[in-house]
Amino acid sequence: MAQRAFAIIAALTVAGAVIVPVAAVLWRGGGATALSAADWAALRFTVWQAFWSAAISVALAVPVARALARRAFWGRSALISVMGAPFILPVIVAILGLLAVFGGNGAVNLVLGGLGLPKMDVYGAHGVILAHVFFNLPLAVRLILQGWLSIPSERFQLAASLGAPLFLLLEWPMLKRTAPGAFAVIFVICLGSFAVALTLGGGPRATTVELAIYQAFKFDFDLGKAASLAVVQLLLGGVAGLAALALARGEMLGAGLDRVVQRWDGSRLVDGVWITLAAAFLLLPLGAVLLAGLPGLLDLPASIWPAMLRSLIISLAAVVLTIALALPLATRAGEAASLLGISVSGLVLGTGLFLLLQPVVRPQDAALPVTLLVNVLMSLPFVLRILRPGVESAEADFGRLGQSLGLQGWALWRIVYLPRLRRPLGFAAGLTGALAMGDLGVITLFSRPGEGTLPLLMYQLMGAYQMEAAYGAALILVGLSLGLFWMFDKGGRVHAEV
Amino acid sequence: MHRTLLTAAGLMIAGAAASETPVLTVYAPDYFGSEWGPGPSIEAAFEERCGCDLQYQTGDLLPRLLLEGKNTEADVAIGFNTDVTKRARESGLFAPLNLDLAPLTLPLEWSDDTFLPFNYSHTAFIYDNTKLEGFRSFEELLNAPDDVRVVIQDPRSSISGLALVLWVNAVYGDKAEAAWARLAPKIVTVTQGWSESYGLFTDGEADVVLSYTTSPAYHIIAEEDLTKSAAIFEEGHYFMVELAAKLAGTDSPDLADQFLEFILTEEFQTMIPTTNWSFPAALAADKWPEGFQQLPMPESVLFYSEDQAAELREPAIEAWRSALSQ
Repeated sequence: MAQRAFAIIAALTVAGAVIVPVAAVLWRGGGATALSAADWAALRFTVWQAFWSAAISVALAVPVARALARRAFWGRSALISVMGAPFILPVIVAILGLLAVFGGNGAVNLVLGGLGLPKMDVYGAHGVILAHVFFNLPLAVRLILQGWLSIPSERFQLAASLGAPLFLLLEWPMLKRTAPGAFAVIFVICLGSFAVALTLGGGPRATTVELAIYQAFKFDFDLGKAASLAVVQLLLGGVAGLAALALARGEMLGAGLDRVVQRWDGSRLVDGVWITLAAAFLLLPLGAVLLAGLPGLLDLPASIWPAMLRSLIISLAAVVLTIALALPLATRAGEAASLLGISVSGLVLGTGLFLLLQPVVRPQDAALPVTLLVNVLMSLPFVLRILRPGVESAEADFGRLGQSLGLQGWALWRIVYLPRLRRPLGFAAGLTGALAMGDLGVITLFSRPGEGTLPLLMYQLMGAYQMEAAYGAALILVGLSLGLFWMFDKGGRVHAEV
Repeated sequence: MHRTLLTAAGLMIAGAAASETPVLTVYAPDYFGSEWGPGPSIEAAFEERCGCDLQYQTGDLLPRLLLEGKNTEADVAIGFNTDVTKRARESGLFAPLNLDLAPLTLPLEWSDDTFLPFNYSHTAFIYDNTKLEGFRSFEELLNAPDDVRVVIQDPRSSISGLALVLWVNAVYGDKAEAAWARLAPKIVTVTQGWSESYGLFTDGEADVVLSYTTSPAYHIIAEEDLTKSAAIFEEGHYFMVELAAKLAGTDSPDLADQFLEFILTEEFQTMIPTTNWSFPAALAADKWPEGFQQLPMPESVLFYSEDQAAELREPAIEAWRSALSQ
């Protein structure tokens, strides 16, 4: 009972931390503004591209995750880690990596040209979706892979020995449980797209709500409009969250002996093709980022060290806070509340926090806590998506056992649940750390010179014509993010056979 | 324990000493205060003159000032662009200048009583002169074959993108939309800001990028690379100037005045070219670095006053949007 109250309080806190700043901006802006025809057009495009980006990411993730779940090969674990990298790349770096492969003079066009075929033009709505799938396919694969690995291996053995249809019996129910949540979280991330949509969309046809917010804030200083658009984002995110939760109801499969899956079904060839295609799609642009960054490493300024240190500290603090908040929030209501955090524009959130804090503290003194808070809010939806299935099945499968042994509260968590949650916890911590590392955040209102993080330093280098050094900084950023991700993720898998 | 007390006392003394040094708080855009921007050398030079402590607060300049209103800690704000000064002026947050503007060396008449120019440049299309012959006019660019790949910035999110639509408006007037329609097939894409565009250009994803007449100076001076040129158009180029102003509510008006005077000195102005990669606003051309002296200059300069710019902004953006949305 106490635990339930705790969960409700946590959910309300998270929702409040998003809604109150938006309300502050709305209040300061003198209330809501009606949306113009251009705003509605932007809204339609935003929802359209987010829907297809999420649908395609999830659809492609299913065969890839299945292939990874049932094949063992050398380097599989490293491949799974590295394939997660696009999700944590800074936007601008990811765009340059993608263009090195799909752009006008990119690898694909070189091959097409060599074969005498017409060139492909990446710019347009398809380019936006391509980029969003590049960013989010890794997340979808990991979320669904986790679902596959959660099916007790005894079930597969039993089903196989009885000659029962594996897909209908075991995999389809699991997909019904995991896919809507993955779809919702990716849909909501893509709602906030701005630079990716604009650059790969090829121009004003690809205008998103976030661009309209940026314009309202930076040029027009129309806070009422910025806040009104943020409210629309909140509503969309809220609807997506509730819909996913309603769809994602499904039967639990019950407990097995809690071991890793061993499989002998399916075609090796088909699985191999899926894994190769996904790896190529995700890793080639990363390779381009690596190549572009290497020469710049020599040009990096000494200030890269303190910037790295600050980024690391923010990352680690975000990991601790996010995980601490996520455990009580791992309920349906908690997950729905957390989706609000990524649906709302970071710019509006930052402005709201600025308005709220400015009467009390000097904004520059609040820079670090604000950055931290925003990072936690932004990571929670992913972390909960990763943790909640594990928490629920641990409670369903082992809760009664624990209680019958007289375990309660923290002891129950420590002895029974947390060991069951190692793998998702490691993955969630890794993702949070990596996301916080790459986040430029909403801190432009709060920042003070000379105290920037790694992404900020990268943007400053670009702004000062030093593109090579900027790519070098980006490479370090990606390396650190991946290192942090790998460390936590691996930590979660110690003693596990996968 | 003893040690802690001593440290605490030491800190208090240090704090007291620090509070005796007057502080001048300067709000500036992020690039300005970064270690590659002009901020750090300006800070060192001014602190030597004033015996004060100059502290930058960087970030979104005007939005932050408007959010803070009369409570702002800023004494001086530096880094405004003319195309948004109307909004700044109307806020009533800024104090009139009391400065002699005679030292200005801008390519046009300047008599603003509030905002002081400190550097300028012009919008221009930059290309690789080993691959393209260049363009002598806007018309030549519009007539270029459609496989010339151009990248520009979005006028709704970027100040240089906004300058471009005003430039097109100044050259083509009510035929601006038709001009955009001719340019549209050559535009590979539109980016949020200048950095993304310039990155696409240096990566070879575009042949021509919207930037500034001063951009080649960076490649000449910092990289000894002579292959980047600005296409100089006979129709003229849109003028972009950056400005500074004193806050009306400053608690150190004398220091703020002293800083604004410092802006017009040779010491300040000689720091601008190679840190901000733009022309100094008050320095004779023969004192510019060599790389700047050899830059070709536009023969005529196009410019809208802030009132005109504010009025034209929406229709100019709309002409751009509707031509590029076809």
